[in-house]
Amino acid sequence: MSKATLALTGNPNAGKTTLFNALTGARQHVGNYPGVTVERKEGDYKKDGFEAVIIDLPGTYSLTAYSEEEVVARNFIADEKPAVVINIIDAANLERNLYLTCQLLELKIPLVVALNMVDVAKDRGMDIDVEKLALFLGVPVLPIVARSGQGVDDLMRSARDMVAGRIAPPDMVKLKISYGEDIDQTLLLMTDMIREKNLLNKKYPSRWIAVKIVENDEILIKEVVAADPDLAERLLREAEKVADHLLKTFDTYPEALIADHRYGFIKGILKRGIITHHYDENRLYTSDHIDKVLTHRFAGPLIMLAILFSIYQITFSLSALPVSGVEAVFNWLAGMVDSILTDGPLKSMLISGVINGVGGVLGFVPLIMLMFFCIAILEDSGYLARVAFMMDRIFRIFGLHGSSVMAFIVSGGIAGGCAVPGVMATRTLRSPKERMATLLTVPFMNCGAKLPILALLIGAFFAQHQALYMFAFTLLSWIVALLAAKVLRMTVLRGAPTPFVMELPPYRFPTFKGLMIHTWERSWQYIKKAGTVILLISIVLWAMMTYPGLSPEKRDAFVKERARVEVLHESGSEALEKLLLEIDNQEKALTLRNSIAGKIGVAMEKVTWLSGFEWRTNIALLGGFAAKEVVVSTLGTAYSMGETDPESSTSLGDRLARDAAWSPLVALSALLFMMFYAPCFVTVVCIAQEAGSWNWALFSVFYSTIFAFILSTGVYQIGRIFGF
Amino acid sequence: MKTISLRHMAKNQRGTITAVKVAGDLGRRIRDMGLVNGTEIMIQGRAPLNDPVALRIRGNTLTLRNNEADYIEVEIDE
Ligand SMILES: Nc1nc2c(ncn2[C@@H]2O[C@H](COP(=O)(O)OP(=O)(O)OP(=O)(O)O)[C@@H](O)[C@H]2O)c(=O)[nH]1
Repeated sequence: MSKATLALTGNPNAGKTTLFNALTGARQHVGNYPGVTVERKEGDYKKDGFEAVIIDLPGTYSLTAYSEEEVVARNFIADEKPAVVINIIDAANLERNLYLTCQLLELKIPLVVALNMVDVAKDRGMDIDVEKLALFLGVPVLPIVARSGQGVDDLMRSARDMVAGRIAPPDMVKLKISYGEDIDQTLLLMTDMIREKNLLNKKYPSRWIAVKIVENDEILIKEVVAADPDLAERLLREAEKVADHLLKTFDTYPEALIADHRYGFIKGILKRGIITHHYDENRLYTSDHIDKVLTHRFAGPLIMLAILFSIYQITFSLSALPVSGVEAVFNWLAGMVDSILTDGPLKSMLISGVINGVGGVLGFVPLIMLMFFCIAILEDSGYLARVAFMMDRIFRIFGLHGSSVMAFIVSGGIAGGCAVPGVMATRTLRSPKERMATLLTVPFMNCGAKLPILALLIGAFFAQHQALYMFAFTLLSWIVALLAAKVLRMTVLRGAPTPFVMELPPYRFPTFKGLMIHTWERSWQYIKKAGTVILLISIVLWAMMTYPGLSPEKRDAFVKERARVEVLHESGSEALEKLLLEIDNQEKALTLRNSIAGKIGVAMEKVTWLSGFEWRTNIALLGGFAAKEVVVSTLGTAYSMGETDPESSTSLGDRLARDAAWSPLVALSALLFMMFYAPCFVTVVCIAQEAGSWNWALFSVFYSTIFAFILSTGVYQIGRIFGF
Repeated sequence: MKTISLRHMAKNQRGTITAVKVAGDLGRRIRDMGLVNGTEIMIQGRAPLNDPVALRIRGNTLTLRNNEADYIEVEIDE
């Protein structure tokens, strides 16, 4: 027997993920639905000879076309026709959760309802008559506690029976929801028209199509128009007629009336003795008492700042050790390659291209895992929703969402973060436009890799006001990022704000297993996707900075020069070593000057003189595309200082301060450019992954580079006018 | 009995929704979340900057922005 497909649906926070984890354990696979950023999770279930593939559909409140998630869930159910849909509902929030159940029933699909969180409902003094509920809904209802696994086996037995045809699918004759006389009349008429033409009859029930058209569901209407334009026109005319009528007589919309009736239907069922409350329904629970403090007008924001700051501290300080461990392993590897292979292009490529490139990606892994772990705690406990609640008023001004704050902080809102986990943190945002705007602006923050450059240039040119400049640049990064978000939201990401209406779920203790699965699946996605692309790009960048190399005559000249100084000084003496190092550095600088990157750097002077950069700066900025740390070391090579350690760059700073091509004004212009130009390519790859397309990633590279160039040119030219 | 917009309700005030006067995505979202005619609500509190507002509905908490609350009319007992 081929494996049956079971789909899980339910409201966000109903415990879907917990049930999915309980059913599939570690046997799961995360991907994306084609063309959208919605995660697609799939896993295998096997018990007592019953094998099934379980699909975790995105959490939704409804099956309208409100969000990508809802469209994905609906299309999956309609197109792939899973053998059984398991609808998980929160017993403590029955009325709202049954709203989705009603819509699933109208789709006439084989449905099993998992009544989750019965433990919570009990604590709240609610008794739920499960058998009665099943009777009224016409489908099996199984009480479970997803967190402890209680009742899950019975649930699966019921699903298995339905797959095997031992339980009949929902009986819709018994369960026709009435939407009021006017709409019901129209629906009857439309359903007949649809039936007559067999419109989309393989995919949806006729009455469901009629309801959706009356509800003015744009996506379904498009589908209907594509299938039968003529019929579509007639159907739409009917829908319009009833809409006009309702507006005139009741001053309301059909969709409003339909929603009212759905809730009315649910209330009708629940009133028939399904729930008994032992306490006042609106009594405050522990969770609400916690909220009195955590969202308090004054204490709330302070506690939030403290929590966000400690997450930041935890991720960056705890990850320091494993990060340097990973680095040590790669240094050791590089050392091994260095001692085994003879000098040559292969060795240089392995060390500079492959090992450094892959090491750079894997170096982030401990950081990313820790950050995802912390975010998973905030998310699963319910605190993240409170952060969004408190920050929304401020972020909304810039066309963002309260939840954006997390991504900004992690990316370097407090100087020294990292845009890679920042970009990945946007996943918790459910509003597509706000999410994209966040994604495209977080790389403007001052990440840890930009700090050495800030330290170098500020130290060399503005040493008297070091702290002040550091602070000003952090502030500036916030201003630029938020304003950029605003501009994006007014141009390419224009559109009304996504409605904020959301739930503040009760606080819950996250489970360790849930946290681990969350953390691992996200980190693994990063390693897999980023690893392959980044390996390629870093090899390309290595080649650009190495080839074509020096001409034989030039190389000979360096060999002769070495021979000359070796004759002049005693071998092994300090003076000789120093001279030889200087010659090495000069050779490296000349090789770089002569490489493809060097030539591009020189060619770019035609444009970059506007902002005061000469070719050496250009190459360094080009290298910074690989990783911002590279800017300092490349500057070192270009100025014949050897490969400079970003941590101790005073000598390079002195060298720059003395150089005629540099001045405080040039330094300022370079700083501004460096802070705001293209994100490093690890970030770019992550943006492509999160946005679901390379177009957005390329857009990010170009718009930020153009913006940075205009800004630095403006500052440089105006500065010149004023004689700096 | 008096009808006011949800935005103007005070903390801890109770009332019953009488109309949700908005169509499109926002209207759909508001209704999907259970804010429909006849629903009893209570204002639980407001965010530090007075916006969004948190409300109690059937033993659970929902939040929405003030400009979204404008579309919701509530009947309150005085
Ligand atoms: N007490 C109790 N808690 C539960 C139960 N099932 C899930 N939870 C908790 O409820 C919270 C939300 O569960 P999730 O599984 O993340 O919910 P979800 O429906 O997947 O939500 P989204 O991921 O937002 O779509 C978690 O903290 C779970 O540990 C249950 O049966 N009883």
